[in-house]
Amino acid sequence: MNYNWHWLIFWEASPDGQGTYLDTLLNGLQWTLVTALSAAIAAFVLGSIIGVMRTLPSRTLSRISMAYIELFRNVPLLVQMFLWYFVLPEFLPWGLGEDMKRLLPPWGSLVPAVLCLSFFTSARVAEQVRAGIDSLSKGQKLAGLALGLNLRQTYQYVLLPLVYRIILPTLTSELMNVIKNSSVALTIGLIELTAAAHAMQEFSFQVFEAFTAATLIYIIINIVVVIVMRFLEKRVAVPGFIGTKREAVITS
Amino acid sequence: MAMIDIQHISKWYGSFQALRDCSTKVEKGEVLVICGPSGCGKSTLIKTVNGLEPIQEGEILVNGISLTSPKTNLPQLRAHVGMVFQHFELFPHLSVRENLTLAQVKVLKRSKAEAGEKGLQYLERVGLLEQKDKFPGQLSGGQQQRVAIARALSMDPICMLFDEPTSALDPEMISEVLDVMVKLAQEGMTMMVVTHEMGFARKVAHRVIFMDQGRIIEDLPKEDFFGKPHTERAQQFLDKILVH
Repeated sequence: MNYNWHWLIFWEASPDGQGTYLDTLLNGLQWTLVTALSAAIAAFVLGSIIGVMRTLPSRTLSRISMAYIELFRNVPLLVQMFLWYFVLPEFLPWGLGEDMKRLLPPWGSLVPAVLCLSFFTSARVAEQVRAGIDSLSKGQKLAGLALGLNLRQTYQYVLLPLVYRIILPTLTSELMNVIKNSSVALTIGLIELTAAAHAMQEFSFQVFEAFTAATLIYIIINIVVVIVMRFLEKRVAVPGFIGTKREAVITS
Repeated sequence: MAMIDIQHISKWYGSFQALRDCSTKVEKGEVLVICGPSGCGKSTLIKTVNGLEPIQEGEILVNGISLTSPKTNLPQLRAHVGMVFQHFELFPHLSVRENLTLAQVKVLKRSKAEAGEKGLQYLERVGLLEQKDKFPGQLSGGQQQRVAIARALSMDPICMLFDEPTSALDPEMISEVLDVMVKLAQEGMTMMVVTHEMGFARKVAHRVIFMDQGRIIEDLPKEDFFGKPHTERAQQFLDKILVH
């Protein structure tokens, strides 16, 4: 293979006017993080609401939630990205679509990308929240209600604190997924990390260096995510319950 | 006026009829024991008394308040009807103290300090004061059930429902829970107890109900029930569980 390795390329000026190629990549990283974290927060909130709805006694709410989950997890992410970017603005009322198209970079791509990833991920979070609630014994809900808590309070103080502890490991995977999935936003013109690496190799032809750097950065971010989430798991662990080894039972 | 008045209730799960035209009353200060073979509807019956299991026919009055009326504030009513479950159902993510105070603060709107004081007072009565900062997963089954009883009592209930409170316990832990219940009965608490502990029934029950296939087929004062039940089915049941 005839390839001129040139690792110092990162410190050379990039023609995009952002400084060096390293700056190009770090700038991409910044938009990766902004996109992924906004989407993760929105997906957590939305997913919790939809997941809870799925378990409520109301048939209508449960069906709406089911339709929502199936819609957003059965359509490929790339297709959803195109729908939010190309199709949605055509159907928005009150000139909102025109406003959306007129947004300056990176906002014109960022807004649809965050919306897309939020809804896509929220369906997955919702399914985990639902499964978490179903995994609790029915008695926990009855015990909450029997004490006079209303349904909202029973979810708020009894069921959800347990559910989040149970699904924390899968939420960690979901957070890592949303970071990786944010790379799909390059297809609608968001210069996030992958797009920045792509731009770098277009300008410099140092394709291996560019994508090695991007790969390492993705790995590092996700290692940080794992460490932070492990710490969180330890913080919220409950003695004798999930997240800790069961201690010896103390009998009086 | 009876504390609990169950009038001709029926309940179906789909096409399966779990309760058939059941009627009974529990007077204030009375202890009613419900027994019967598994699947006879006794757990379902007790869960209808605080509306955890809705009924399709009939009427239930608790302290004169109708459970079936749409105007009834169910959470408010349940706050004053204590319930103890077979599997304890303490909240595993909350410490013993928080288990005792959660509903007092959120439902009865007591201050944290007042709720804490009340909770610990009952925790002491069930003999577990020193466990107040532990989590349920760190307690034995018998201890968890005693905390569950203290949790229900902290709400100052007008009556207590026990749904097989000792069925999930190791034999040696049954008596520590029954002791607490006997004391409660002797203090005059109105109690409805689903149990197979006939020793407990003999000691503190005023009346015993025997159920089979969703029907109440015996409803007798304790002495009559253990002396000579009217039906052959109840006699068979007693013969089987009393021989050992």
